[in-house]
Amino acid sequence: MSHLLEVKGLEASYGPTKALHGLDFSLEKGGVTTILGANGAGKTTTLRAISGMVTRKGQINLNGTELGSLSTADITRKGVAHVPEGRGTFVRMSAEDNLRLGAYSRNDKTAIAEDIERVYNYFPILKQRRNQQAGTLSGGEAQMLAVGRALMLRPILLLLDEPSFGLAPLIVQELFDILKRINAEEGVSMLLVEQNAALALELADHAYLLETGNIVISGTSQSIIENETVRRSYLGY
Amino acid sequence: MDLFLQQILTGIANGAIYACLALAVVMIYQAIDHFNFAQGEMAMFSTYICWAMIAGGLPYWVAFFATIIISFIGGLAIERIIFKPLHSAPVLSHIVVFIGLVAIFNSLAGAIWDHNIKTFPSPFPDGSFGGLIGLHEVGMFFVTLLLLLAIFCFFKFTRVGMAMQAAAANPASAGLVGIRVGWMLALGWGLAAAIGAVAGMMIAPIVFLEPNMMLGILLYGFAAAIVGGISSPGGAVAGGFLVGIIENMAGTYIPAIGSELKLTVALVLIVTVLLFKPNGLFGKTIVTRV
Repeated sequence: MSHLLEVKGLEASYGPTKALHGLDFSLEKGGVTTILGANGAGKTTTLRAISGMVTRKGQINLNGTELGSLSTADITRKGVAHVPEGRGTFVRMSAEDNLRLGAYSRNDKTAIAEDIERVYNYFPILKQRRNQQAGTLSGGEAQMLAVGRALMLRPILLLLDEPSFGLAPLIVQELFDILKRINAEEGVSMLLVEQNAALALELADHAYLLETGNIVISGTSQSIIENETVRRSYLGY
Repeated sequence: MDLFLQQILTGIANGAIYACLALAVVMIYQAIDHFNFAQGEMAMFSTYICWAMIAGGLPYWVAFFATIIISFIGGLAIERIIFKPLHSAPVLSHIVVFIGLVAIFNSLAGAIWDHNIKTFPSPFPDGSFGGLIGLHEVGMFFVTLLLLLAIFCFFKFTRVGMAMQAAAANPASAGLVGIRVGWMLALGWGLAAAIGAVAGMMIAPIVFLEPNMMLGILLYGFAAAIVGGISSPGGAVAGGFLVGIIENMAGTYIPAIGSELKLTVALVLIVTVLLFKPNGLFGKTIVTRV
């Protein structure tokens, strides 16, 4: 398999504070990769660095295109959709307007209408809530809307920041099942950041372990699950 | 009864002034998510530009539309040159810049065109409607409604209008769906400046042109926007007329207020509405689940 995303020497900082100290990693086309790590390890920052939301240095190569110098708006146009931490829906707008805005960078009206139906097909509850203000959705519905909005970009790479955060276990299971379907049916590659390591390793085929801005372990999900350190520190058995 | 009707009509006439400026206030609020205290002075400056062009011999409507375009570009430039470098600065810094802009535009207008009061022409015929309300006020009423319709369609039906609201409400997410947030802010400034210019040119024939013409009126404009609901252009216009009528009624029927304390009425309205209905009478209540 060939690499979709190749990151080399990625550094990111918030003001004078460096959060990432030169990460090297790659994603396989069509795969699901997860970044594990404790609070403050730099997981969210890694995603933000890829989509240009923080000051960063290093190479970020997507399918031959260098993203390192592009703005967030331009990076989305290269097919990178980012479901941010805390969902980031437009709370004052209806669910359907949120989806429509997800396709902001596209001009193909009929295809956009089809894609909205496709999102409703994955998340039927959103169809019921289509005219409701996004701020009134439940946590699970809002997360589904955030994922749906990202899909409206027709991404080749989906960045997911803690999609399970604050959701009931049943909802989390439902959401991850749908993510699995999206990966299989749409061929969208995913980079998933999760606190819930067991859950993430179930969906992902590859994993990286991040500690204070450095990658310390990498490998297939299976090898990570079997790794003694990971098991004791992050899986808890 | 005649007095009562007369006062209502005078209130509506004043209200048209407030409504017009309130639209500019709402526009900038939609774009940057807070008030621009320099809105009134920017409108005043635009009106001077129009005045200078008419004095230079241009026909009214040519000067009118040229002023709108110049103001749009000017507003855009203010955002790009002054606010873009400040974009991660705290809100308080922005407020200080607003106050600075008030002083700059006020002094600049005085320096270029002196402080003498000037008359400003009305595009509408002289005379009045049945002796009750001036034709200029009637014309202004329709200009305000036309502006309102344009703004409503812009936010409701255009992609850019929706993107602008998204960029103001949640800049981070707006960037992630591909909206160029910086340019949306600039566009909002441009549009607000253009609407303010229309308001200024409509108001000037009534209050006359001088650097301080907007001082009191902007306060009424804010009151109108808050009474009607800062998130709703239609509310702001309704708020403008309400403020005009209430202010006039209070001045006439409550002896203690008279004409001296009319401005206080606007402030009392602002405080009352914020206390009991913070989203305004017509504003959308923002519901969020936690």
